[in-house]
Amino acid sequence: MKKYEFIEHTADARFKAFGATAEEAFANAAQAMFNVMIDTSDINPQITEYIELQAPDLENLLVDWLSELLYLFEVNMVVFSRFEVFAIEKKGLEYLLSAKAEGEPLDLEKHVFDTEVKAVTYNDLGVQITSQGVTVRITVDT
Amino acid sequence: MKRGFDRMDTERLEIEGLERIDDDIWEVPTGYKPGMRVPGRIYLSDKLFTNLEKEAVDQVANVATLPGIQKFSMAMPDAHVGYGFPIGGVAAFDAEEGVISPGGVGFDINCGVRLIRSNLVKSDVDGKINALLDSLFKAVPSGVGSKSRIRASESELEAIFTNGSRWAVEQGYGVEADLTHCEGEGCIEGGDPAQVSAKARKRGRPQLGTLGSGNHFLELQYVDEIYDPVAAEAFNLKQGQLTFMIHCGSRGAGHQVCTDHLRNLTRAVEKYKINLPDKQLACAPAQSEEAQAYFCAMASAANYAWTNRQIIMHHCREVFEQQMNMDADELGLNLVYDVAHNVAKLEEHDVDGGKKQVYVHRKGATRAFPAGHPDVPQAYRDVGQPVLIPGSMGTPSYVLCGKQSAMDVSFGSACHGAGRVMSRSGAKRTFRGEQIQKDLSGQGISVRAAHPSVIAEEAPGVYKSSSEVVDVVDRLGIAGKVAKLMPLGVVKG
Repeated sequence: MKKYEFIEHTADARFKAFGATAEEAFANAAQAMFNVMIDTSDINPQITEYIELQAPDLENLLVDWLSELLYLFEVNMVVFSRFEVFAIEKKGLEYLLSAKAEGEPLDLEKHVFDTEVKAVTYNDLGVQITSQGVTVRITVDT
Repeated sequence: MKRGFDRMDTERLEIEGLERIDDDIWEVPTGYKPGMRVPGRIYLSDKLFTNLEKEAVDQVANVATLPGIQKFSMAMPDAHVGYGFPIGGVAAFDAEEGVISPGGVGFDINCGVRLIRSNLVKSDVDGKINALLDSLFKAVPSGVGSKSRIRASESELEAIFTNGSRWAVEQGYGVEADLTHCEGEGCIEGGDPAQVSAKARKRGRPQLGTLGSGNHFLELQYVDEIYDPVAAEAFNLKQGQLTFMIHCGSRGAGHQVCTDHLRNLTRAVEKYKINLPDKQLACAPAQSEEAQAYFCAMASAANYAWTNRQIIMHHCREVFEQQMNMDADELGLNLVYDVAHNVAKLEEHDVDGGKKQVYVHRKGATRAFPAGHPDVPQAYRDVGQPVLIPGSMGTPSYVLCGKQSAMDVSFGSACHGAGRVMSRSGAKRTFRGEQIQKDLSGQGISVRAAHPSVIAEEAPGVYKSSSEVVDVVDRLGIAGKVAKLMPLGVVKG
């Protein structure tokens, strides 16, 4: 099954990510976003960041998850390549996410960047759950 | 002034649901989309119309549904599809009854352009351009992951968020005249560090004096043509003169401020029962706690951006002094002006025959105040505010001056650049960075970039013609052409 696909957009990058579960689709969305910036296939996962978030709905949770990864990338200078979302659960009125992201320290000698992702937008945002699986739709600002 | 339409035009109009009401003015009627409170106005020539995406028109209509919007939801001639507002979008909201929306500003808060003049002429840098570009490329960190040699302390960051460029000048990064020749003297009042999160501070701390990536650049240029000698004299611009342009914004600090407050406002939308056609238009009543918190944080990020451009300018001046072996007085690298093109401001405008306080949102649009306006620097008060329109890489940039019509037509706003017509991924499929670099070099324009793909993404062919965009603004009387600047060398972010 395809993990993600890019959709044409004039100024920014837009993509869909797929998964049998929301956890998988969220992890694939992260993979897609980092591949807008860099080919992640050469990155050696040696640093692990654990992430826990909560939001009022799945769409907000998706934006928060990707925004958190961009923040960690910039501040901790880690290029992520592997993502695992352990669980997305509804607790009371909020959705909780727990996950880990793995990558290696940013090295401008080694890492060749393509398009920098500045931020995650709410534009045309979607989390679609069907009997076939979960599809998420994201537009990032580049 | 109405023009007869040929059959093609009529068909196209039906498809788009737009009404052409003048040569360069297209109206999006309130019936275009449910909930529109005012019509949309898109300022375009025939030629630019052919590049207009339907999604951009939809976005103009979406903005027209927001509470308290005044007169029109507008898009400038460089309009193209964005998220929330279209790029090139302008909208004013009543300061009491209206809303404030981060979607009308964007993530790169106070992305903007600054133009520096000089006592040099084009021939003074013959044979020196490559050395200059190499030194500039070293002096101003650019590209993804680049870090500054400056590390701002917590108290310094607070001063920057509150005072903007003044902080930089007080620290020795520039002179007093830099402030008096900058939009708002390099500061939006009301910047409140308390509204800037720890995350945004952490991102902002190591990035002062850095260019960033994407469409940001430093450009060495010369004045190729003067259209308005009186305004050009006021701006201290002459035929053949060497000029220098800086295009960048608030970096990670601004991105994080927008991310944090969008998150907050997304939750406020429900509280205030606002119906939104696009979640990126998240907003709150202008005087609500949530909207004011965003506004104060946005002002802080805008102040950071002005400080950033001020520090970059200072480092560039040092490079010129070393490379040209001349002192500051000989070089005369004085700031002509600095404009923000992603910002919301509280301004007074004439609406329905009376004066009104409005929050003007400019998302990829430049302020263009006319002669006599109190917010135009004293030195330019007789001719109007300089409006700086960067071209795409390898194409001309323009200096215009704000005109009276802008106050009637666009809440004192003009276009901000050329406007994209091709996606970044499309550009990379179509162009190769190395080839573009070679082609430009053949035209006498040198380019430095962290990586060739950035050059492909920003290839001249992915943008509309800056000349066409500027001509529309000139014909509408929003801003008048003063000078054309041609590129000699570019440092890409």
